[in-house]
Amino acid sequence: MFGYAGRVLYVDLTTGKTRTEKLPQETAKSVIGGIGLGMHFWLTNSKAKVDPLSPENPLVLAIGPLSGTMFPTGGNGHAFISKSPLTGGVAEAVSHGTFGTELKRAGYDAVIITGKSKKPVYLWIDDDNIALKDAAHLWGVSPAEVETTLKDEIGDYYIRVAAIGLAGEKQSRIANIINDQTRAAGRTGLGAVMGSKNLKAIAVRGTHDVAVAKPDLFVEMVQDFHERMKGPAAQKHRTLGTVQNLTINNTLTCLPTNNFNNSYFLDAGKINADVLNEGYVTRIIACNSCAMRCEHEAAIKEGTFKGTMARMEYDNLWAFGPNCGVANMNYIIKAAERCNYYGMDATSVGSTIAFLMDCHEKGLLSHEDLEGVDPHFGNEKAIYTLTDKIGKREGIGEKLADGVKVAAEKIGKNSAELAMQIKGLELSGYDLRCLKTTALAAAVSFRGADHNRSGIYAVDIRGTVDRLKAEKGSGKIVKDHEDIYNIIDSLIVCKNAKGTFDEEFADMAKLYAAATGFEVTPQELRQAGERIQALAKLINKREGLSRKDDTLPPKIMNQPVADDGAAKGAVVTKDELDMMLDDYYEVRGYSKDGVPTDAKLKELGLEKYAKEN
Amino acid sequence: MVSLHNRKFISADSDKCVGCQVCEYACSFTHDKVFNAVKSRIRVVRSNQSMKSIALTCRKCQEPACVAACPRDALSQSLETGTIIIDQDQCNGCGWCIEACNYGAMMMHPESKTVYVCDLCQYRPDGPQCVKWCPEEALTVVTSDVLAQKARLNAIKKLFQEHEELEK
Repeated sequence: MFGYAGRVLYVDLTTGKTRTEKLPQETAKSVIGGIGLGMHFWLTNSKAKVDPLSPENPLVLAIGPLSGTMFPTGGNGHAFISKSPLTGGVAEAVSHGTFGTELKRAGYDAVIITGKSKKPVYLWIDDDNIALKDAAHLWGVSPAEVETTLKDEIGDYYIRVAAIGLAGEKQSRIANIINDQTRAAGRTGLGAVMGSKNLKAIAVRGTHDVAVAKPDLFVEMVQDFHERMKGPAAQKHRTLGTVQNLTINNTLTCLPTNNFNNSYFLDAGKINADVLNEGYVTRIIACNSCAMRCEHEAAIKEGTFKGTMARMEYDNLWAFGPNCGVANMNYIIKAAERCNYYGMDATSVGSTIAFLMDCHEKGLLSHEDLEGVDPHFGNEKAIYTLTDKIGKREGIGEKLADGVKVAAEKIGKNSAELAMQIKGLELSGYDLRCLKTTALAAAVSFRGADHNRSGIYAVDIRGTVDRLKAEKGSGKIVKDHEDIYNIIDSLIVCKNAKGTFDEEFADMAKLYAAATGFEVTPQELRQAGERIQALAKLINKREGLSRKDDTLPPKIMNQPVADDGAAKGAVVTKDELDMMLDDYYEVRGYSKDGVPTDAKLKELGLEKYAKEN
Repeated sequence: MVSLHNRKFISADSDKCVGCQVCEYACSFTHDKVFNAVKSRIRVVRSNQSMKSIALTCRKCQEPACVAACPRDALSQSLETGTIIIDQDQCNGCGWCIEACNYGAMMMHPESKTVYVCDLCQYRPDGPQCVKWCPEEALTVVTSDVLAQKARLNAIKKLFQEHEELEK
């Protein structure tokens, strides 16, 4: 096969046995790769209503047909897929770096990990030689240190590592899987799944060739995209970075502040992209194969935290900054760095701390609960202390380490009203009350509240639609964006590079054919995007999720935007949500309950998945 | 024999290099028509502390240590360009040249099990492909004299900038 490695690796941690199987061509064509392939393998290797933290829940690592090739941003991606301990539905998170490149060269499109090891182990994939190695000495060690240690131990400084930290070992439901020191498969608690299997790390060395079907055409496309990435489409990422969203969102009064009590942050100027880039960013580095390099490494140059370094993006900066009312960049960077150290999703950690602050200010917590921490909005010391406690599951950290939904259950007293989550996943930094098309996308997102299942906030923010209006037609817009994102995450190309595709499906179909030799039309690729969406919905349906879970947090529906400006007073009412859901399900060919109809499943060739489950 | 002053090699500017490894892809594609960093004649290294990256390849040394180290006389240096020529029939993959090179520029080919090294893409009319492809323009074909000139220019640029800042 071209593009694809053509092999799938099965690892049973209970028995220690491993085997490889051929990747069926039909499967590859049907679900492309990445999250599509991962969901296919998860669904066909698991039983309904599996406990996400049990040995019976498979953890799937999948890459795409472009991984290991020269296509800029495409050469480096990988995805983890499982059942989420945070949402109870499908878990998926994509990461970049160089880990995916190496896995392709080792010769695997996917790794399906089942069972549970008796002792802590790491999986060592050395081309065709697979071994489970003792990881007792790595237990409790940070992902970055695991990588350094394994390079020394194996004696190869070019091996690539994805690892969990202490949070994953302790099965924190907001734990992530970190690769290449600074990159993360962040959301939906995949680190906890890995931890529940006593699997500390996956180390890979690959030396095989990666060949594409039409090398000359493929390289011509690479050259074309190199040029596009020097142009305006990548400008934002090449210069100030995603943190620019902070100022844009604040200007539109849709910057969630103090756990969504406000939508405007007075002190945004103290932590904006200019402050970050001028005072902190020391290097902008690239993932493998990328021609637009966007990874902003921020270092603290003086004071108590001197020498601390973390990759800063809009989401981790927002979660610890405006959402906790904090305008001290040193503490924000320190908290982000601690998340990498413990291996936790910074968006979820910051949001959980913001939730605690809200509970505290509303008098829902007792003095004993707080153990000397004073979690009021704006207390920078609290974000640092609490991140540490969450990482260690220590004291009050035990209450918070499983995200806001579980924290609200533990705290009780109507605190669920303050929990900013959908399906259990914490919201990211976009105020859904005044970005109503985004609100629909967040409600229906199969992995829970997230902007990264559609990237739809762009149409609200750019004014392509009236962001304050819930309108019929939003269903179609959300569907189109989701389908593109499903292909982005399955081919695996970087979402930051989306703007460099002139016509997404046309460009991507040409690219897919050049890499794999499988000719597809743009329409067929769009349909594959639709198929992957339906597959995720089938997983969620099997695991018990339905229309009732496609909803919005109470604050988004009941607490109007308080700040002056065009958005003042905005909420998404139940009626508005219902109208948009109906519109969306209809366009998708789903039932009123949000499930793909039999006719739709047949159209997408998914009947067998529905029958099996 | 080309004089040392005119001998060209590939240099990476560590201030510009972002560690994208595009040069590795370009190299393996040019020479082997596949994507495989393990077959690249130029390799990227990133420091985990500073996150700085640099690409390294053959520097066409005067009296190259790799040539001197070869016990089978498999290596020689081109009089014309200074590149290292490998006699594939003579090389038995013993690795002494790899040990001798201070830059990690000599490497063992995963399939032929003989060593290989940067040939400055001598058969390509448009020169070294890594330089052509580098998205950050971090790679250049230079002589040691040009490197020194560049260093001097950078030094005075810095000096004048500082001077201007003082005047503000």
